Amino acid sequence: MLSPPVADDREAAVRTRAYQHALNSSTLPAGSPALEIRDIELRFGGVVALQDVSFTVTQGHIHSVIGPNGAGKSSLLNCVSGLYHPQRGSVTLHTGTQGVAHQLTSLPPHKIARLGVARSFQNIELFSGLTVLENLMLGRHTHMKHSIAASLLWFGPARAQEIAHRGLVEEVIDLLSLQAFRHKPVGSLAYGIQKRVELGRALAVQPSLLLLDEPMAGMNSEEKEDMARYVLDVHELAGVTVILIEHDMAVVMDISDRVSVLDFGRLIADGTPDEVKANPAVVEAYLGAEDH
Amino acid sequence: MARSDSSATAVSAPTTADTFPRLLAHLAATRPDATAMQEKRYGIWAPMSWSLYAARVRDFAHGLAALGVQRGDIVAVLGDNRPEWLIAELAAQSIGAAVVGIYPTSIGEELLHILTLARVKVVIAEDQEQVDKLIRLREDYPKLATTAYSDMPPLLLETVVFYDPHGLEQYTEDYLRDFTDVERLGHEWGTTRAGWLDDQIADGKADDIAVICTTSGTTSRPKLAELSHTNLLAMADHLTTIDPIDPKDRYVSFLPFAWIGEQMLAVACGLSRGLTLSFPEDSSTQKTDMREIGPDVMFSPPRIWESMLSEVQVRIDEAGWLKRKVFGWGYDIGDKVAERKIKGQSAGGLALLHLVADQVALRPVRDQLGLARTGHAYTGGAPLGPDVFRFFHAIGVNLKQIYGQTEICGIAVVHRDDDIAFNTVGTPIAGTEIKINDDGEILLRSASVFRGYHRNPSATADAVDREGWLHTGDAGYLDEQGHLVVIDRLKDVLTTTDGTRFSSAFIENKLKFSPYIEEAVTFAAPDGGMTAILTIDPMTTGSWAEHERLSYTTYTDLAAKTEVQELISEEVNRSNEDLPASIRVKRFLLLHKQFDPDDDEITRTRKVRRNVIGERYGALIDALGRGDDRIGITTTVAYQDGTKVDRTIDLKIIDLTHYREPEGRGRRPVWSGRR
Repeated sequence: MLSPPVADDREAAVRTRAYQHALNSSTLPAGSPALEIRDIELRFGGVVALQDVSFTVTQGHIHSVIGPNGAGKSSLLNCVSGLYHPQRGSVTLHTGTQGVAHQLTSLPPHKIARLGVARSFQNIELFSGLTVLENLMLGRHTHMKHSIAASLLWFGPARAQEIAHRGLVEEVIDLLSLQAFRHKPVGSLAYGIQKRVELGRALAVQPSLLLLDEPMAGMNSEEKEDMARYVLDVHELAGVTVILIEHDMAVVMDISDRVSVLDFGRLIADGTPDEVKANPAVVEAYLGAEDH
Repeated sequence: MARSDSSATAVSAPTTADTFPRLLAHLAATRPDATAMQEKRYGIWAPMSWSLYAARVRDFAHGLAALGVQRGDIVAVLGDNRPEWLIAELAAQSIGAAVVGIYPTSIGEELLHILTLARVKVVIAEDQEQVDKLIRLREDYPKLATTAYSDMPPLLLETVVFYDPHGLEQYTEDYLRDFTDVERLGHEWGTTRAGWLDDQIADGKADDIAVICTTSGTTSRPKLAELSHTNLLAMADHLTTIDPIDPKDRYVSFLPFAWIGEQMLAVACGLSRGLTLSFPEDSSTQKTDMREIGPDVMFSPPRIWESMLSEVQVRIDEAGWLKRKVFGWGYDIGDKVAERKIKGQSAGGLALLHLVADQVALRPVRDQLGLARTGHAYTGGAPLGPDVFRFFHAIGVNLKQIYGQTEICGIAVVHRDDDIAFNTVGTPIAGTEIKINDDGEILLRSASVFRGYHRNPSATADAVDREGWLHTGDAGYLDEQGHLVVIDRLKDVLTTTDGTRFSSAFIENKLKFSPYIEEAVTFAAPDGGMTAILTIDPMTTGSWAEHERLSYTTYTDLAAKTEVQELISEEVNRSNEDLPASIRVKRFLLLHKQFDPDDDEITRTRKVRRNVIGERYGALIDALGRGDDRIGITTTVAYQDGTKVDRTIDLKIIDLTHYREPEGRGRRPVWSGRR
């Protein structure tokens, strides 16, 4: 994908405005299962965080996980990204490469990241002293393969590689309209923009699966609307499968293809937004009990 | 030929080419590898040479022909400034078609009116947003045609070509085409027709329509002014006789190509003088991109200059006391020198001091604004307040007023270096005659007077008389120095009780000179004097409020603050001081919203539509005239989920008749929002 283009392509690349890099690294056909979660159980000592949770994320979907505070949403995401290892059950990732299915429950986080599972965090986890561009370039580090010496001297292949990676990162910047902030230190930016950079960093990984943990938390309605548009853009333009954890019901119902609802560590509903909205258990547990 | 009088001009690349496609061919042949334009893409300035430009125009011209565009047709372009805009324009002109530019923010009736009137078959649209508008128009058209817009000719739209494909991958409409696909199609179509396009370019006549510009009308249905190659090139020659432009000069193109000003500099001067164009990456990076380029030439409407001044004011006010002092000192010297310079005098004894002031105070500000290299800067399209004008001269920007209509290619009268008066628009450019008729209307005649309004001979006959004089509809007079002074639109000129003619625009500009006032619309009060509806500038007023530790939520909230009303009272009072008593603003109110082109309140070039304001806010104007204390206005708020709520907002009317400026306040300098 990052091999130098041939002359004809180069000429075409000058003319077209289409992106030259696929941000989605999964080769699965849309509609096939991308992530299968089966009967997982996660305990911290005597506290049961997740129990018998099973659902399937379909390739090409925005799949939302909702639930009241403490329902186990972030724990579930951590089980997928490898920060937590569930005591029971399985999490299987399909990326389409040679039909291999990966068992994520037994892998450490960095190996899962290499499989293309990228995530953003609920609390912004960026290097606030580095610029937006540098933070996004960091998202490429799993793809960079050159020695420390070559990187330090920045010659030959190391240089060529960094330029190629910059090309991809620039497309992420374009997709998320971060042009004006490219060279600004992340710490100096507004919260909403930092959240967008966080999304961009995850996207720069070229994910096969993108995990977004409350990307709209703490935003005002205008920022939320913007962010929802970017999540949709990421999904539609880049074709990335997204698992989204979000509190804002309106946003979730608007943009999701499928919604799973957790309550006290259990899955109480799983279906299309309309099905979930009509489900009495959901109404009681989530919508009815609290005034949303 | 109209250009015969230009032989004295120092033209760097002499050529007999008299149409844009022939000029392009000439440039591609003589300077193939020089940069014709560059666009910042993905953080890097990506250049396009004259030869690649010409090759792409060639491919796209063939592509348009393959799509069925014929000589005499009109192609519409709907998008922001990108190389594709110009490629489409030149391609259309190469096959004898013309191009009509549509403001990217146009919607609904305005868009439909232009497309139907010009019988457009092919639209080149930028991106998903524009394509969505066109798809919707096509789908809604059968319904629209039978109802509200039954008086319009049929919509003939056959093909929509887009150049930014993001988000359009899933679209299935068969009339959508990718720009590069059309180029490819054209390339193939052209291989079997060697020499066809060259014949087409050779067949083109200088009097053919090159561009159609929409006039900023007072309704949603603008008139379409036909401008020929001759019109535009004559204007370019006449302008560059005064202020030479050479191929090394740089120009940043960020104002809509649908506007005559941009066509005139970027296209007409660009192609006849080989100017290098630069397109900013995104509207959000415009300022930094402009600073990187440092344009030599610039032409912008007053809006841009006013916003630059506002930016300086905000940033100076945020700076420390030392910077404020140094700038204040430098500015005073700059101002004194500028005053001598515009009269053609030398700096005299101040020369040395000015050199220092320029280095430490003025040049850094110019640099921040991206004006460090600017040799010629123009303002046009609407009057610019004399104080804003003066500010730019004081900081060392050679800003000059241009006067002209779309109908005369945008330029007829301009200031000369060293002969600038802030209240005039200068003297006619070469080849332009001027006369004031008995009604006080300005009449102009030159080779740049347009061909006529598209499919509207009666309007054309009203605009240009049999002797070729363009009736501008503006009132004005020539002063003792031979400078033209424009008062206002003839129909907007008012006469006071003592018989002096004056313009509401003059008072409004005076008000708008305050950094806190964005727009002002004034009305004559029945009991003498003026009343005004004002909108505040959210950026400067917001930053002032923050500085004053005033919390606010929305624009409406900010405008309703007593402190803000007091601030504006002071500003209005200040602008009143220089006015005769009969035209001072005695009552005003701060509107709860900004004027919005989508609400028809202001044109796309940001000129206030007085008639719309008059109708919509009639109740407010009456209340202002009566001198009520407050007036309620009902607005409809549309929420995201589609629900609409009517809300009544109470607006306070502020009476300045007995206004006394608070004691002990100093004067605010021009360059600051503070004392």
